[in-house]
Amino acid sequence: MSRTTDLVSHVLGIVGTRADAGVYVRTGTSALTRFANSFIHQNVSDDVAHVHLTVALDNRLASGSTTATTDDALNSLVDRLIEVAAMQPVDDEFAGFGGPVAPREIDHFDEETSRADPDARAGIVKAFVDAGDGLLAAGMCGVDSYTDAYGNTAGRFIDGRMTRVILDGIHQTETSAGSGHSAGPSLSSIDAAGAGKLASDRAMRAIDAFDTKPGEYEVILAPEAMATIAQFLTGYGFSGKSYNEGTSFVTLDEQRFDAAVHLKDDVADPRGLGISFDAEGTPRGTVALIDGGVTPSLLHDRRTAKKAGGVSTGHAPVAGEAWDSRPGGRNLFFGEGPSSEQDLIAQVERGIYVSTFNYCRVLDPKTVVVTGLTRNGTFMIENGAITGAVTNLRFTQSFIDALGPTRVKGIGSNSRFADGEDEPGTVHTPSFHLASWNFTGGVEG
Amino acid sequence: MFDRAEMGVQAAIDAGASYSDARAVLSKQESIEVQNQHLDTLDVSEQIGVGVRSLIGSSWGFASTGDLSDAGLRACGELSAAIAKASAAVAGPMLEFEDVPVVEAFWETPHVENPFDVSTTEKVDMLVALTATMQSVEGVSLAYGMVAGWDTRKWFVSSIGHRIEQHIVEAGGYYTATAIGEHETQIRSYPQSFGQFETGGFETIRRWNYADHAQRIAEEAVALLTAPEMEERETNLILESSQVALQIHESVGHAIELDRILGWEAAFAGTSHLELDKLGTHRYGSALMNITADATIPGALGTFGYDDEGSPASCVDIVKDGIWVGVLSGRDSAAVAGLPSGGMVRGDGYNRIPMVRMTNVGLLPGDGTLDDIIADTDDGVFMATNRSWSIDDRRLNFQFGCELGYEIKNGKLGRMVKNPTYTGITPQFWGSLDRLAGESEWTHWGIPNCGKGQPVQVGHTGHSASPARFANVRVGVKG
Repeated sequence: MSRTTDLVSHVLGIVGTRADAGVYVRTGTSALTRFANSFIHQNVSDDVAHVHLTVALDNRLASGSTTATTDDALNSLVDRLIEVAAMQPVDDEFAGFGGPVAPREIDHFDEETSRADPDARAGIVKAFVDAGDGLLAAGMCGVDSYTDAYGNTAGRFIDGRMTRVILDGIHQTETSAGSGHSAGPSLSSIDAAGAGKLASDRAMRAIDAFDTKPGEYEVILAPEAMATIAQFLTGYGFSGKSYNEGTSFVTLDEQRFDAAVHLKDDVADPRGLGISFDAEGTPRGTVALIDGGVTPSLLHDRRTAKKAGGVSTGHAPVAGEAWDSRPGGRNLFFGEGPSSEQDLIAQVERGIYVSTFNYCRVLDPKTVVVTGLTRNGTFMIENGAITGAVTNLRFTQSFIDALGPTRVKGIGSNSRFADGEDEPGTVHTPSFHLASWNFTGGVEG
Repeated sequence: MFDRAEMGVQAAIDAGASYSDARAVLSKQESIEVQNQHLDTLDVSEQIGVGVRSLIGSSWGFASTGDLSDAGLRACGELSAAIAKASAAVAGPMLEFEDVPVVEAFWETPHVENPFDVSTTEKVDMLVALTATMQSVEGVSLAYGMVAGWDTRKWFVSSIGHRIEQHIVEAGGYYTATAIGEHETQIRSYPQSFGQFETGGFETIRRWNYADHAQRIAEEAVALLTAPEMEERETNLILESSQVALQIHESVGHAIELDRILGWEAAFAGTSHLELDKLGTHRYGSALMNITADATIPGALGTFGYDDEGSPASCVDIVKDGIWVGVLSGRDSAAVAGLPSGGMVRGDGYNRIPMVRMTNVGLLPGDGTLDDIIADTDDGVFMATNRSWSIDDRRLNFQFGCELGYEIKNGKLGRMVKNPTYTGITPQFWGSLDRLAGESEWTHWGIPNCGKGQPVQVGHTGHSASPARFANVRVGVKG
């Protein structure tokens, strides 16, 4: 038994027969080193202990959490939730606590990484900074090591562990910036020098950027830009809660996307990261979200699945890992194509290469019309080659339409983890060549 | 709890830190959400722990723990120093520190009803009734309401002698009505789309008279489905005060953060279009534009007694008669820039390193009322309540969408229009500010979800604003 599983058993023991209950516990370390102006300026480590408890008294629910793991604190949490739950109305949409499950044999964990010290993070940062050859570097290297466990009074008990390393940074000149990223389950999976080289190459190529006229352009979207698209489509469309409420764009089994597009959420993919079960202890399933341009299935927790007449896919968000309570994807993979990114660029007569999107916000969830900007390297493509840098552009574009039927002209073979608008380490994607993108203005007017 | 924090600081100093401080934090949060008369979430959370910050050379080290034993706290302090030492592998210039008075003090948010003393039953019943009212309007598909409260106790100590205890109480909430069409959703919110949060007790929620507005909000959401789209053009734009508040937050508040100006946030949140050598001369907006960062406004969400470096709350001029004159700063960033420290550094809970944060960054009021401004406008548009917000990494190019729009013709509100948006460039936009309503409509809006830093920290910020008019703004931007 680990400290984590001990805590789960202990909390369930405190609850006893007073209520039905489910408890999720995470322990471990979350450490992160930030650098700016080419030196480390903030460097942090959090000794994580998080207990999240849901109690049910005849389908009257209350949930709560604590970072304190003393007997007093846990007793107090249990007593308070039972007291509060007793005063609540009956929740007729509650799907109950799930019974025993067989865990999936998935272990995205590396022993050496779980013991990483601040010197290891500093080493990764140094390699990124040095790759810039004197350019001004900024970014972060985060290393997380968690052991999670879930148990409930219906007999479910499951535990797992994960390590995750994220490197995200930029190199800057006086007038430009370029970004590079790397993520994986271990320190050894991080290509810090490669990410630093990509960032510095982009920054150098983006010097002397010129303004270009807004309008519709063919685009090559690099993995970072595609990661944002995956996150927005998933959050607003593929979540069972959005679908149940009628705010999702999804009509199941209808051709909304180009036949070349495939997107899945799959914690079992060997390239993946994370814990193999969700906040309700349900093993995370492999879910096809776009299969040949069609959405055959959605992401569900127990509650949304009950309402939809299905079963949970294991996507109840773990507290602290999501901005809201919608079932969401954390292991998103776009399907690859056969082309290198250079081959994609070579197909473009006149278009724009976008490294990264920035500050994207949805105007309407039903259409996933999004406004945002380009950042960290935006380039003009003419006659199949990048011919220069352009200043950052604002766009207003439906992400659904951008990937719509006949709109995908090519998909790269250069898949990797990419840092989108939301959390890094959750989307693995290649570059895409899209027929058009609606740029509505230059960043300086 | 002072002794717990001191234990961590002493361990860091013993391990070689030139300076150390620590916060012991006990914070409670309660959040209740109701959707369509159904209790969706009732969550009560508690955080307790100590975060120790150590300075060695050019870098901070920060470590946090929920283990409040002597051994746990000594280990935390030692780890904090070890982390700072490790940073020497990629070292920068020696970090100086602006002096602040050493203080022993206690400060508490004035409040009447601690939100945790109001029964959850009363809160749930209130939200169920609101959603019932909204659902009674035909065409409303989703009726949602939430209230939340925070009770935070902090004990701050430093290696130079600070001992400050604070008790901060915050509360707020909001509700929304959503109408769903075949290819669109329309939403209306009250008091505003991020919620209205303030320092104070549950009385701050009662003051907004939630029940009086639910029917109207629901009817507006439904009406928007059949309203025409806003025409794309350049015109006079009148904003209600909560949208002015968000405009301040995004295009002023973040741009004046000194850590952004110094490049410390370059890779993530971004930098700023402002350059320090233009402080005191750069024209930020029209002469009507007077912005302060005032952490002393009673009841505003960004109000406190002392920041998380032990500096007392202050009021600082940011923009005076349209000229940029001030920044948001902490002890380290101020020293680097050669400016006085503003006392604007806060951390999100015990386990996040304190960083420069907005306090109450507000636009001082002008004269008259919103009705006066509309009456004085021959041609224009009115927009209310934020729906989308986007701005570039230098805080220069923005595009906002609002929930509700109206055309203005000959001094009167005309047709309701949907999907209103506007876009602009920060100094030109603020330069076009030509009318500003007065103190009677000046509201201390509070934004509870300002993300910044890595790991991400969620900050609570305040923005006082009254309705305002801007000339020649591009509106109705289409996708």
